[in-house]
Parts: sequence; structure tokens; C-alpha cells
Amino acid sequence: MKHLVFAAGILSVAGAVAADTPELTVYTYDSFVADWGPGPQVEAAFEAQCGCDLRLVGVEDGAALLARVRLEGARSDADIVLGLDTNLIAAARATGLFAEHRVEAEFDLPVSWSDPVFVPYDWGYFAFVHNADLVAPANFRALADSDTRIVIQDPRSSTPGLGLLLWVKAAYGDDASGIWEGLADNIVTVTKGWSEAYGLFLEGEADMVLSYTTSPAYHLIAEGDASRAAAAFEEGHYMQIEVAARLAASDHPELADRFLAFMVSDAFQSIIPTTNWMYPAVIPRSGLPDGFETLVTPEKALLFTPDEAAAVREGALDEWLRGLSQ
Amino acid sequence: MAARAQPVSPWPGLGAAAIVAALILGTLLAVAWRADAAVRFGGADWAALRFTLLQAVLSSVLSVALAVPVARALARRRFAGRHVLIALLGAPFILPVIVAILGLLTVFGRAGWISAALGAIDLPPLSIYGLHGVVLAHVFFNLPLATRLLLQGWQDVPGERFRMAATLGVDGWAMWRLIEVPMLLRVVPGALAVVFALSLTSFAVALTLGGGPRATTIELAIYQAFRFDFDLGRAAMLSGVQLLLTGIAAWCALKAGQGDGFGAGLDRAVRRWDGTGAGARVLDVLWVGLAALFLLLPLSAIVLAGLGSLGGLPGVVWQAVLVSLGVSVASTALVLLLAVPMAATVALGRGRAVEMAGILGLAASPLVIGTGLFIMVYRVADPAVLALPVTALVNALMALPFALRILVPQAREVVARYGRLGLSLDMAGGPFLRHVLLPRMRAQIGFAAGLAAALSMGDLGVIALFADPDTATLPLQVYRLMGAYRMDDAAGAALLLLILSMGAFWALDRGGRWNAEA
Repeated sequence: MKHLVFAAGILSVAGAVAADTPELTVYTYDSFVADWGPGPQVEAAFEAQCGCDLRLVGVEDGAALLARVRLEGARSDADIVLGLDTNLIAAARATGLFAEHRVEAEFDLPVSWSDPVFVPYDWGYFAFVHNADLVAPANFRALADSDTRIVIQDPRSSTPGLGLLLWVKAAYGDDASGIWEGLADNIVTVTKGWSEAYGLFLEGEADMVLSYTTSPAYHLIAEGDASRAAAAFEEGHYMQIEVAARLAASDHPELADRFLAFMVSDAFQSIIPTTNWMYPAVIPRSGLPDGFETLVTPEKALLFTPDEAAAVREGALDEWLRGLSQ
Repeated sequence: MAARAQPVSPWPGLGAAAIVAALILGTLLAVAWRADAAVRFGGADWAALRFTLLQAVLSSVLSVALAVPVARALARRRFAGRHVLIALLGAPFILPVIVAILGLLTVFGRAGWISAALGAIDLPPLSIYGLHGVVLAHVFFNLPLATRLLLQGWQDVPGERFRMAATLGVDGWAMWRLIEVPMLLRVVPGALAVVFALSLTSFAVALTLGGGPRATTIELAIYQAFRFDFDLGRAAMLSGVQLLLTGIAAWCALKAGQGDGFGAGLDRAVRRWDGTGAGARVLDVLWVGLAALFLLLPLSAIVLAGLGSLGGLPGVVWQAVLVSLGVSVASTALVLLLAVPMAATVALGRGRAVEMAGILGLAASPLVIGTGLFIMVYRVADPAVLALPVTALVNALMALPFALRILVPQAREVVARYGRLGLSLDMAGGPFLRHVLLPRMRAQIGFAAGLAAALSMGDLGVIALFADPDTATLPLQVYRLMGAYRMDDAAGAALLLLILSMGAFWALDRGGRWNAEA
């Protein structure tokens, strides 16, 4: 077996050396490159038109992705980083490693977008997902007053966890600590990441789990199961916008720009909804897949700008820790 | 050092220990090197330290205390299924954390089997979340491991001692006082240190079953420093604290575990004549039964969850099986290459530092090791190409402490009893190794290799930065499936992982003891 693995390693190195077409390296998060993620289809679609080799490298998640780029600095092999979100943009910008883009697109986002460096490719709303037969609370105060049990993720180790932290902060500002104190007895537990929390919810440990408004679409479209729903909250829902950017030190700046332009085109955007289970940043001509029309659409979108998010998260984390540690 | 004649050379072992220490401390320094600012140990860190120590002490003391009667019963009873049970003892330990947590919750959770049974007689559901939940989970992980380590201690007592005891009519309390307590005094401290170190670096288990941020461990603080703040100095400092705590615990354990053994025997199969009273029988049945129930219920939950989708798993899962097997073989070879010389060196009486180096692998934060290795290699090589070698290497470091705990007592015994004889026959070095040391340690080497192989298939966590999409290991594939809502496939893949790990453990452990006691 060992020989097999080594042989596979050697073959893949040999393959890379043999190719004389330019290679565009995209760092992204792990679930993007999984077989059932957008990666394989995106790679095939872009390679069909670029005359290049698209190499997708998956790194755990957005935060680990940024950490890797920071560690590598200007020496990085990456031409593109795909998979940061608005909460990581301020830190990413501060590294000075990213270059301005030349993409022009009409984004279908609930908020206006004009960032010179970071190009959005998909987005979603955070939401509590529950079984369709549950009468879900309509806001955080009602949730805190109810005996609905929820499971959430830790903002220190998880992207959705950080999203919830900022959601409560964006909706309640200075009252956020009060909300957390109220929620303390609803929270069954706090998990390291999304998978643990979602697994606990499916095991029946909690009535609701922090996820996305698009989660029920997976169950409906991929499993034909209409029994999950997302709770609409009156305060509005915090958004996650996922972005990509070109590295200033890229060896193939033009190819990288072409990829970013491809990323907001129909070919890429039509892959996103049923592989990444998020809303496309530019709705493709074919529209959204059947089933997406059943999803809750929040009346109000909440989002801190990257700078605001960077400024409030430390204090918001303290409130969260204090509220839940009593 | 005095050039006293030795049956084997201490140098290979010292060299292996130096490599291990250099890797663990080197990665720590590499991370600290990249730090931007000075760091301090703040109030929240003290809180995390207190909780970490509290749960680690409780978990290790409880795991080992419960393991004593279980191992004692297993050592003196022979019953159908005993071997299967002993092999299954390795199982909880090698499961991906998330899978084990879900298995535990199926049994102990609010919607679990026990709560359902309680509900049927109008009692409120169990609440597993809190310090007791953390300790329960850690006992689930570590009781089996501690039992195996202690059982090894019982099996290392030569059969002649029990024969003599039977001749003299030694039974019950006297047996406990004359043979078992002296043996335990030598074995228990090491087992305590290993479980303590393991519980110390717990993060996902502690957080999930602890019920919230009150259950913040140092490992979580390291994660936060790395991800939330990208403060490498803090990550390195906190990891240093973990290493220091484990170092202290290991030093105390090694100090306490000194003393002479029972001497050599003729390697007869161990037979026991004691413990025939009705009371002793009932007690043993009770302990083994309870331990089996506690372990097998969550395991059967995992098996039940995965059985349905085992047949229809996607092709990438089978590809991951091949990758994991390759990693496991490489890790196991590495562990033996490091552990056998290290055990020999310890046996020569030069080994406190060598044993300490071995235990540190458990206390090192996987995140810090992974980041440190990444910082060291990315300038010279493509991390993706190194993903599998790094996985194998780090898995080997994690398995090393167990291998040492298994190998050292026997190596000590062999060197003490046959070393001078070997020297007088002028068979120091290679011949002693080939004809005396290795053959007499075959059972222990088999057990150590089995555990290392099983562990290496289960482990994950250090290669986040070394991603290579084409060569995902099976545990990584389990996480990927879960991250993509495919919980059923993930459960199937987890079951597959369990079967593979148990199979590897079984094959190697049996291979090592094929002519030993039935």
C-alpha cells in the first residue's frame, strides 16, 4: 500500500512537470474542492476556455486559508485566494498581499458592493434551521424567552459561530450582552464547527441549529426531504458574502484576472447553488434551481463592513463569553 | 558517561529521542519565530488553565481507577469473547472525535437511548452537558486504553509467580498485596501520565460536552490565537504551557513508577488459580460487564448509524481507504523504528529524558506542530506533496508514547535478567538484539504496532495547512462528507474507519502473540 501511495505522489509530481501550459493556482477551502463541491465542475469549465491548468488547493476553511497565505507571504504559489468572507477581509487587506481586480459585474446581492480588491462569488444568510413541524420563535428575544433548545458554534473556531456573534451585535448593538445572557439557558452546547453542530441537531439534541437559510434547500433538492425549515427572524439576518482576490505576487496576473471574470460569469455562477448551497453573487440567466423559491427570504439583510466587523468583534466576543459563562 | 559494557548500544535510542524532541520543540520554535509581538498570560488564560487541569486530572484519575478492577478481572478470567473484548478496547480511542461524540450522544444525549428509557418511566432526560459530560467522554476514550496498559502489566508478571502463589495458597487480599499492588505501583503512574496528557490537549470533546465557553481548554485558546487573532506568539506560548504541564506530569510519573519488577520467568503460559470464590467471581463479572456495556453501547450506535450506507459509499471514500492504509503502514514502521531503540535505551537505565521525549508528543498541540512543520518546509518544498509524509510522521509522534509505555517495562525486564548473561557470552549488540531482546518482546511489539496502526488511521488535525485534494485520508473524508450535509455517508465512512482500525490492530496484535497464552 505504501508503494501505491508513493507511486501516486511521484506520478502527480511528474504530471505537473510535464505540462507546459500555464498553471493557475487557486487556494480555497476544503469543501470547495470536495468531489461533491463546486471544485471539479469549476475546474472543467474554466480549463475548457483558458488553455491552462487550473490547480485547486483546498485548505480547511476561510480562516485557515488566510493563515496559510499569511505564512507564505509574497512567496506563495497561489495566484488566487477564493473563500474569504467579509469578516476576514479587513485582516486580508492589511496583509498587503492582494491586488486590485478588474471585474465589472452587476451583483445580485442584498447590499451594494464596490470593493477594489475582493470580488464576491456567493452569499447566504445565517439562520436557525429546525424541523418543519416546530413553531419557531420570530426573533432573538422570543427565542430567549422560549424553551427552544439551540446548538451553536464557537466564534473562536468557526465561521458560522462568528457570524452569529456579529448577527446579534448588528441587530442589538449595546444590548447584545443582554441577549446572550437570555440565550444562555437555550443553548444546549457550543461546538467547534458547523459539522458537529449540524450533526447534533440531526441526532435530536436540539430543536434548532445555527446554519444558513439555504440549508433546507439541500435536504429538499438532494434528498427530496421537505421536513427542514429555516426560521425567519424579524431583526433581519446577518449575511455571509464569500469573496476571492488575486495575489499581487501572482506569476500569471492576466490569467488570474480572467479567472475572476469567469467567476462572476454564468458558467461558474450556475454551479454554485447546488454544490456550495449558497446564493450565486450574480444570478445566472437560467435563474435559481427549483426548490430555492421555497426558502425564507429575510426582509432585512444585516452586515458589518469589513472595517466595522474588525472593530467590533473583539468586544462582541467578550460579551459572548461573559453572557454564556455565568 | 561511564563506558560500562552494555548488551545493546544506547545511542540509537538517544538519537531517536533527540529527533523526536527536536521535532516537537523545533516546530514550537518555528511558530514562535514568526510571532510579531510579545505575549502575556492573561486572566482568561488562567481560567482556561484551571479548567484544563481540573478536567484532565479528573479524567485521568477516574479512567485509571476504573481500569484497575476491569483489567484485574480480565487478567484472571478466561471467557468466550475475551479476545474480542480486549481488541475492542482499542476502538473508542481511534475514532474521529466527532464520530465518537455522536456515538456517545446517541446513548447518553438528551434524545439518546438512556433518556428515551427514562422518558418511558416518566423521568426527565439525562443532561450530559457539563464537566461531568467532559469527564464521561474522556473516560470513554481512555478507560479502554488504561485497561490495556494495566492488563499488559498483569501479563508481564511471569506465570511462575502465580504458580508459586497457588502452591502457597495465596489468594484474594494476599495476592492483591503481594503481587498486584507492587505491579500496579510500577504501571499506574505511566498510565496516568498518558491519559492526563491526552485529556490536556482535548478541545472539541471538552467544548461540545462541556456545554459552552466555560469549558474552554488551552487547546481551544491556541485555536483562537491562530484563527481569530492570528497571534502566533500566543499560540506558541500556550502550546509551551501544555508541554510544560505534561513534562511535569511525566517526570512525576516516571519518578513514581521506578522500582524492580518480578524477575524473569520461563515464559510459560500464565495460569491463574486464585479468585475462585463466589464473591470474586461476581465482582469480576460485574466490572467486565459494566465496562463492556459502557464501551459497546456507543460503539454499537456508531455501527448501527453506518451500517445502512456502508454498501453505497462514494468512490472517493474507497480511495481514501487506500491512502489511510498507506499512511498507517508508514506510521507504524516509523513508530517501531523510534520506539524500540528508545525502549532499549530506557532499559539500560539511561532513559528518563528519552521517556520524557516520548510523552511530549501527546502534549504538543496538533495545530502548532502542523503550523511549525509548514513554516519549516514550505520554503523548500510543495506542502501538498508532503501532506502524506507529514501525516504519517505526526501520527507516529502521537502513537510513540503508547508504544513506549507498552515496550519499556518488558525491555527493562529483559535487559535486567539477560543483559549480563548476554555480555558473558559475548553476544552484545546485534546478536543480543536478534536472539534475546526482540524475540522476548514480540508480544509487546505486536501490541504497540497494532495500536500505532489503528491510531494512525484514525488521527487527523495537523495537516490542515498541507492540503492535497487528491489524497484525503479517511478521517478527512468523514469530515468532508459531514461538512456537505452527507451525514449518512459520513456515518458509513466512519464505520469503515472503525473496521479498518480494528482490523489492523487485531492482525498486528495477534501476530505478535501467536504462541502466547490462549
